[in-house]
Amino acid sequence: MEHQYDCIVIGAGVVGNAVARQLSACSVTIAVLEKEQDLCFGTSGRNSGVLHAGFNNKTGSKMARFCVEGNLEFDRIAEELDVPFKRTGKLIVGFSDDDKNSLRAMKAQGDANGVPGLEIVGKERIRELAPFIAGEFAMYSPMTGILNPFIYTVALAENAHKNGAAYFFACPVTDIFYQDGRYRITAGGRNFASRWIINCAGLESDKISALLGIKGHKLYPCRGEYFILDKKAGQYLGIPAYPVPNPREGGLGIHLTPTIDGNILIGPSSKYIEENDNYSVTQDIMDLLIKDGGRIFPYLKREYFIRNFAGIRPKLVGPQEGGFADFVIERRSEAPYAINLVGIESPGLTSALPIAREVVRLIREVEPLKPNPGFDPVRKGPPAFAGLTNGQRRALIQQNPDYGEIICRCENITKAEVLEAINRPLGAATVTGVKYRCRPMMGRCQGGYCQTRITELLRQEKKLAVKEVLYQRKGSNMFTGVALK
Amino acid sequence: MTAIHKEAVIVGGGPGGLAAAVKLKQQGITDIIILEREKQLGGILRQCIHDGFGLTRFGETLSGPEYAQRFIDLVEQEKIEYRTDTTVLSISPEKHLTAVSPQGLLEIDSAAVILTTGCRERTRGSVAIPGERPAGIYTAGVAQTYLNLKNIMVGKKVVILGSGDIGLIMARRFTLEGAKVEAVFELQPYPGGLARNVEQCLNDFDIPLYLSHTITDIIGGARLEAVIVSEVDEQKRVKPGTSRRIECDTLILSVGLIPENELSAGASVALDPRTGGAYVDENFMTGVEGIFAAGNALHVHDLVDFVSLEAEKLAEAAAKFIRRGKLPVCGIKLVTDKNIGHIIPQSISGTKDVTLTLRVGRPLTGGALKLQQDHQDLLSQKFIKLVPAEMIEIKLAKELIKSTSEIKVVIAHE
Ligand SMILES: Cc1cc2nc3c(=O)[nH]c(=O)nc-3n(C[C@H](O)[C@H](O)[C@H](O)COP(=O)(O)OP(=O)(O)OC[C@H]3O[C@@H](n4cnc5c(N)ncnc54)[C@H](O)[C@@H]3O)c2cc1C
Ligand SMILES: Cc1cc2nc3c(=O)[nH]c(=O)nc-3n(C[C@H](O)[C@H](O)[C@H](O)COP(=O)(O)OP(=O)(O)OC[C@H]3O[C@@H](n4cnc5c(N)ncnc54)[C@H](O)[C@@H]3O)c2cc1C
Repeated sequence: MEHQYDCIVIGAGVVGNAVARQLSACSVTIAVLEKEQDLCFGTSGRNSGVLHAGFNNKTGSKMARFCVEGNLEFDRIAEELDVPFKRTGKLIVGFSDDDKNSLRAMKAQGDANGVPGLEIVGKERIRELAPFIAGEFAMYSPMTGILNPFIYTVALAENAHKNGAAYFFACPVTDIFYQDGRYRITAGGRNFASRWIINCAGLESDKISALLGIKGHKLYPCRGEYFILDKKAGQYLGIPAYPVPNPREGGLGIHLTPTIDGNILIGPSSKYIEENDNYSVTQDIMDLLIKDGGRIFPYLKREYFIRNFAGIRPKLVGPQEGGFADFVIERRSEAPYAINLVGIESPGLTSALPIAREVVRLIREVEPLKPNPGFDPVRKGPPAFAGLTNGQRRALIQQNPDYGEIICRCENITKAEVLEAINRPLGAATVTGVKYRCRPMMGRCQGGYCQTRITELLRQEKKLAVKEVLYQRKGSNMFTGVALK
Repeated sequence: MTAIHKEAVIVGGGPGGLAAAVKLKQQGITDIIILEREKQLGGILRQCIHDGFGLTRFGETLSGPEYAQRFIDLVEQEKIEYRTDTTVLSISPEKHLTAVSPQGLLEIDSAAVILTTGCRERTRGSVAIPGERPAGIYTAGVAQTYLNLKNIMVGKKVVILGSGDIGLIMARRFTLEGAKVEAVFELQPYPGGLARNVEQCLNDFDIPLYLSHTITDIIGGARLEAVIVSEVDEQKRVKPGTSRRIECDTLILSVGLIPENELSAGASVALDPRTGGAYVDENFMTGVEGIFAAGNALHVHDLVDFVSLEAEKLAEAAAKFIRRGKLPVCGIKLVTDKNIGHIIPQSISGTKDVTLTLRVGRPLTGGALKLQQDHQDLLSQKFIKLVPAEMIEIKLAKELIKSTSEIKVVIAHE
C-alpha cells in the first residue's frame, strides 16, 4: 500500500514539527516521517533551551532575521501552545579589554539586527541581575528567554496532528525518486507518495539532500557536551550567563543556563567528531566544563552534578574554516518540489516557526495554498501537579485519583501525568518519551525511584512484553527477559 | 481544609519508621501515624530477599521481607495508624506536614516529626562517568527492584562498578539467575562492602574483584556493548596503558548511597555534609526542635538491625519530648579528625550515657581511637584494623565527661 499526501515532512524535530504545523494551517494533506520511535530524539532534545535574541548572527543573514522574529513573537506562541517559557534576559560577561571590544561589536550587530534593549552594563548591574556570576562588565540582553525545548517540539507536533498532519515513527527515509509528478518515498519498509517534500532531517539533511538529487551540501557534526546541575544550584542563577564567544570555536562558549524547570546547564563545548550519532561525554571535556564554568560561576560544586548529555550541531562549515554558515532554506531546480533545509543549527530552536513560514512562502511561489478553515492554533498541555496550589491539587485528585499518586519523588510528578504522556495523541512509546513529556527521571535521583514504575506503566498501557520496552532508540531494549523462578 | 493534629508523624514506613512507631506506642504515645509512599510497609527490605538480617536485633537470620514483617506485625498488633500510598510533599519548621494520596491531600500539625525516609543511590550522573548513554546501565538497587519485585532481568552479561553491599549482593543474585557477572571494579584500594559479602557473593562464585580500577568509557549507541576499564593510582588518576575493553550488555552501579533529605531543606533542618543527613543530638533531634531523624535518612547503615536499634532510641527520646515539650540542651559538640568519616550524634548533653556511631574515612591499621576533652583522654580503644565499610560504636559513660567543652574524636597511631 502506498500512503499519499500533498506534503511529506522528513524529520520530527522542532523544525519539522513547526513546518507541519504551519502547513496544517493550509488546505493540504501532510505526513511527517520520523526515523526514531518518537518526537524530539534528535538535536531538538539536546540543546540549551534558550530563546536567543539574535545579536550573535550576521546582520542580513537568515539566522539573524528568523531569530529576531522568533524571539519577538514567542510570548504569543508560548501562550498558544502552552509551552513553559520565561523571558529571563541574559548576560554576556567579559573580563578583558578585548572582551569589551567584542561586546561593543556584538551590541552593534544586535542593534543592526533589530534586537531591542541591548546595553553594556557594569559590575553593579551584574550583581543585581546575577549575584553569583563573576565578570567585570557585560552586555545585557533583556529579550533573551528560556523555554522547555521538549514540550515546545511536542506541542508543535500535537497541534499539527490536531489540525490533520499524520505522523509515522520508526520510518527512516532511505529512498526517494521522482516519477509522474510525484515523489515516491521508501521509509521503514513503507511506501509513501507526495507532491512536496520538506527536508527537515537535521543531522541527516545532507543525506536527504543527496537523495533529492541536490549536490554540494556536506554536514560536519560538531558535538557540544553539558553537565546538568541539581536544582539546589538553580537558586544561584536566574538568568543565562555567557562568556564572550571565541570566534574560532564556532560556538557561543561554555555558558551557564538556568533551565525552565530550575536546574542549571553548563556547556556546551564544541568539538568536531566523525559520527553524527555519537552522544558521548568525554573526560577531557568534563574537566574543561568544570574549569570554564567555574570561571563565571565560582559557586560550582561537584555535589551538584546530576547528569551529563551531549548534542550535535549539524554544521555546514568544517573544522578548517570555523565560524558560522547561514541556514540553508532553498528550493532548487534539481528538485523543484522539494524545500531543502540544511545546517539548521543554533538558533534553530528559536527560529523554528519563522523557518516554517519561509517554507510555506517558498511553496506558495509555485502553487497557491488555500487556508485551512478549521485550523486551530491552540494546544493545551496537561496540568503539572508540582506547579499547582494545594486547592487546585485537591480538585484535580477528586476528579482523577491518579493525581494523588506520586511517581517521581524528586519532582513530584504523578501517575496521571505519566499516563497522560503515554496516552495522549502522539504519546510516548519509550521511557525517554515519557521523560521528555513530563520530566520524571530528570531529577536528582535520575529514575532510582520512578524508572521501575514508568516501565511498568508503559508495558501496561502499550501492552508491551518485557523484552519490548525501549529506553530510546531502536535496539535500546531495557530488559533481556524474565527471571528464572 | 483544616489540618488534623498528631503527637507524632513518622515519615517513611521502612524498618526505621516501623521500629520508631512501635517503640513510641510502647512508651505510651498513642496518637501517632506512619506515612509511607509505597503500597506496602517495609521500606527497602521488601526487595532484599536474601538472608542475613536480624542477627543482632533478633538473634536469628531472616530475609529482608521476614525482618520487616516482624515489625509490621507489631504495628498491626499495637493498632498503630498508618497510611500507605501516601507521599509527604513538605514539612514546615512549625511541623506542619502536607501529604498526598489518591484519596486527596492530607495536612497534619504534629508535636513531633520523625524522619525515617531512607536513602537513595548515587547515579552515573553524580559520579560523572564518561561515555555514551545507552540502555543497560542501572543502579544496583533499581536492578534489584526489577529482579526481586518485578521478576525482570535487566541483562545477561554484567559488569559491576563499585563494591558497595548492594552491588555485591546483586553479583550473586545475577549469577544465580544465569547471568554472567564478568567482574566487579572498585575505585578505592579496598572494598566498599562488608567482608562477609565479598566472601559469600564474589569469592564463592569466582567473580573477580579489581580494586583501584574504574570505568573510563561506555560504548553503545542503543544498548550497552562494552565498557573500558582502567587502573588508577593513589591519586585516582588513570594509569596510562592499563585500559582494557570488556564486552557486556549491562553495567550495574553500586557507587554509594545518599540519605534522602528532600523534605529536610523545607523544614530548615541543617545537614552534615559528611553524612548527608541531619545534624542530630543524642536524642536524634535535628537542629529544628521536635524534628527527629534516624535510619538511612540520618546516615547510611550497613545492617538493618542497627537501623531498628537507632530508631528505638530515637523513639524513647521523642516520647520524652512529646510529654515534656523539651529535652535537655546538648551543648557539647563532637568534632573529629580527618581519619574519621563521620560521627553520630554530633552533639550531646553530658548528662547521660551515649553510644557514638562512627565510620573511618579510609582503612586504618594499628592504633587507638580516642575521645579527648580539654586536652585529656576520656577514653582510648586500641584497634588492629578499621575499615570504612564497618560502622563502629563507642559507649561513652556520662561520668567520664568533665566539662561542656567540645569532645574530639581522634585516631592515635602507635
Ligand atoms: C549543543 C546545542 C545547543 C543548542 N542550543 C540552542 C539554543 O539554546 N537555542 C536555539 O535556538 N537553538 C539551539 N540549538 C540549535 C537547535 O537545537 C537546533 O537548531 C534545532 O533543534 C534543530 O531542529 P531540527 O528539527 O532541524 O533537527 P532535529 O531535532 O535533529 O530533528 C531532525 C529529525 O529528523 C530525523 N531524521 C533524520 N534522518 C531521517 C530520515 N532519513 N528519515 C526520517 N527522519 C529522519 C531525526 O531523527 C530527527 O528527529 C542548539 C544546538 C546544539 C547542538
Ligand atoms: C537498595 C538497598 C539494598 C540494601 N540491601 C541490604 C542488605 O542486603 N542487607 C542489609 O543488611 N541491609 C541492606 N540495605 C540496608 C538496609 O536495608 C537499610 O539500612 C534499611 O532498610 C534502612 O531502613 P530505613 O527505614 O532507614 O529506610 P528504608 O528501608 O529505605 O525506608 C524508608 C521508607 O520511607 C519511605 N519514604 C521516603 N520518603 C517518603 C515521603 N516523602 N513520604 C512517604 N514515605 C517516604 C520510603 O518509601 C521507604 O519505604 C540495603 C539498602 C538499600 C538502599
